[in-house]
Amino acid sequence: MTEHRINLSYLAFLMHRLSGLALVCFLPFHFLVLGLGLEGEAALDDMLVFTQQPLVKFGEWVLVVLFSLHLLLGLRVLVIEWAPWPQQGGLRSGWVVIAGLIALALGWLFLDGVMS
Amino acid sequence: MSHLTVRIWRGADEGEFQDFSVPMRENQTVLDVVSEVQRTQDQSLSYRFACRVGVCGSCAMMVNGKPRWTCRTHIRSLKSSVVTIAPLRNMPRIKDLVTDMSGFIDKWGRAGNVFESQRDRGDAPALVDPSSPMRKVADAAIECINCGVCHAACDVVSWNDAYLGPAALNRAWSLVNDERHSGKKETMMAAMGDGGCGNCHSQGNCMAACPIGLSPTRSIAGLKKMSLMSLLGGSDA
Amino acid sequence: MPNPMFEMRLYLLQRLTAILMLPMVIGHLATIMYATRSELTAASILERTQSSPWLVVFYTGFVILVSIHAPLGLRKIMGEWLRVSPKLANRISVLLFLGFLGLGLRGVWALTGGTMS
Ligand code: SF4
Ligand code: SF4
Ligand code: FES
Repeated sequence: MTEHRINLSYLAFLMHRLSGLALVCFLPFHFLVLGLGLEGEAALDDMLVFTQQPLVKFGEWVLVVLFSLHLLLGLRVLVIEWAPWPQQGGLRSGWVVIAGLIALALGWLFLDGVMS
Repeated sequence: MSHLTVRIWRGADEGEFQDFSVPMRENQTVLDVVSEVQRTQDQSLSYRFACRVGVCGSCAMMVNGKPRWTCRTHIRSLKSSVVTIAPLRNMPRIKDLVTDMSGFIDKWGRAGNVFESQRDRGDAPALVDPSSPMRKVADAAIECINCGVCHAACDVVSWNDAYLGPAALNRAWSLVNDERHSGKKETMMAAMGDGGCGNCHSQGNCMAACPIGLSPTRSIAGLKKMSLMSLLGGSDA
Repeated sequence: MPNPMFEMRLYLLQRLTAILMLPMVIGHLATIMYATRSELTAASILERTQSSPWLVVFYTGFVILVSIHAPLGLRKIMGEWLRVSPKLANRISVLLFLGFLGLGLRGVWALTGGTMS
């Protein structure tokens, strides 16, 4: 990154785009797994056993965090574009930090559910 | 006296950085340094400037990777003993620090940025109420002097050749908020066209870079909102 | 000559699908949190999903929206980062839309109404 791009707002853009990219790559697999139901309960159960592996759980955690992040950063874009602008600032750069924290909190909520 | 290392771009699109050494002074801007190199070390060095005091906007260059007005950038503020100076980004290079700004200016025009009036010299001057909401909105964007700094800072400009860029769209925004402008429909059409406001990802680089603190991001957000209204309004403008 | 407002319309479509999905995404996150706290076997999942018709509506809508939203985002990435020509990017996006829609609806069908052993 050259220096002129080191700016929280740019970071927000990058995270938004990269999280979206990751989610979109995962989407077909998600749909395919749901489709396993068509092949009977056994196939779905096999998949559920597969998802019990720690590494897969970790992957799911990443997805939950990215999903939340994409949602929150998307909300930021909508606010920048459609809400009235304040006199000063307006880029809502702090949202990146807040979005990151909320996403991690949601990720923790997910892990907590998994562990219980 | 201690010295400053200045790395200056030489050549056009093909070229390389050349190192110079310049005495460090108490008060010295980046433009002073470039001038000193040109006067005392290499007279073939090409660069642009006019006013030297932040009025004309012609001295914009990339300083340590950031687009800035060199006459308003003090060496001291850079807090670095090596200063890298390159021509503005997102524009073809002509020679050394001089860029070809015609593409940038063309985009300015393509954004529907030609003022049109129904009035002629026989009419009394238009009265624009300075406290009217539209005028206030235009005020926030109107001080742009077309220096190209924001254009150089914007990544979308470098990724998408069609994108008109922050300066042109900021200007379009001040025009659609000018009650005397009779070509609003055309301006809006251009601002909503293929290279228009929908391409901006609100990265905010333009806003961070503008030397006079304008906010093209905000202007573009205004255009986006207006586009929504006009598309929902049924007509295509 | 394509409509000069083509880009703008797609931009607005991207925002519109985003707004409509906002509550859905929150609902989906809630569902995930709920699911991790309940029994995860095929039988129990299917029992829960098949018993509620509103789930069909919810997830069918979600699938349609995401099938529009995701290719629109990829279309921009293709153009900006990979320098894919607009024409090609449009074509790929349409294919992706149809692919996501097909796979997604199949998935919803499998969970809510499909064949059961
Ligand atoms: S908006 Fe600011 S940075 Fe951009 S051209 Fe105008 S004065 Fe220069
Ligand atoms: S806010 Fe828009 S115009 Fe400004 S730098 Fe970012 S993408 Fe470019
Ligand atoms: S020389 Fe005029 S603004 Fe720098």
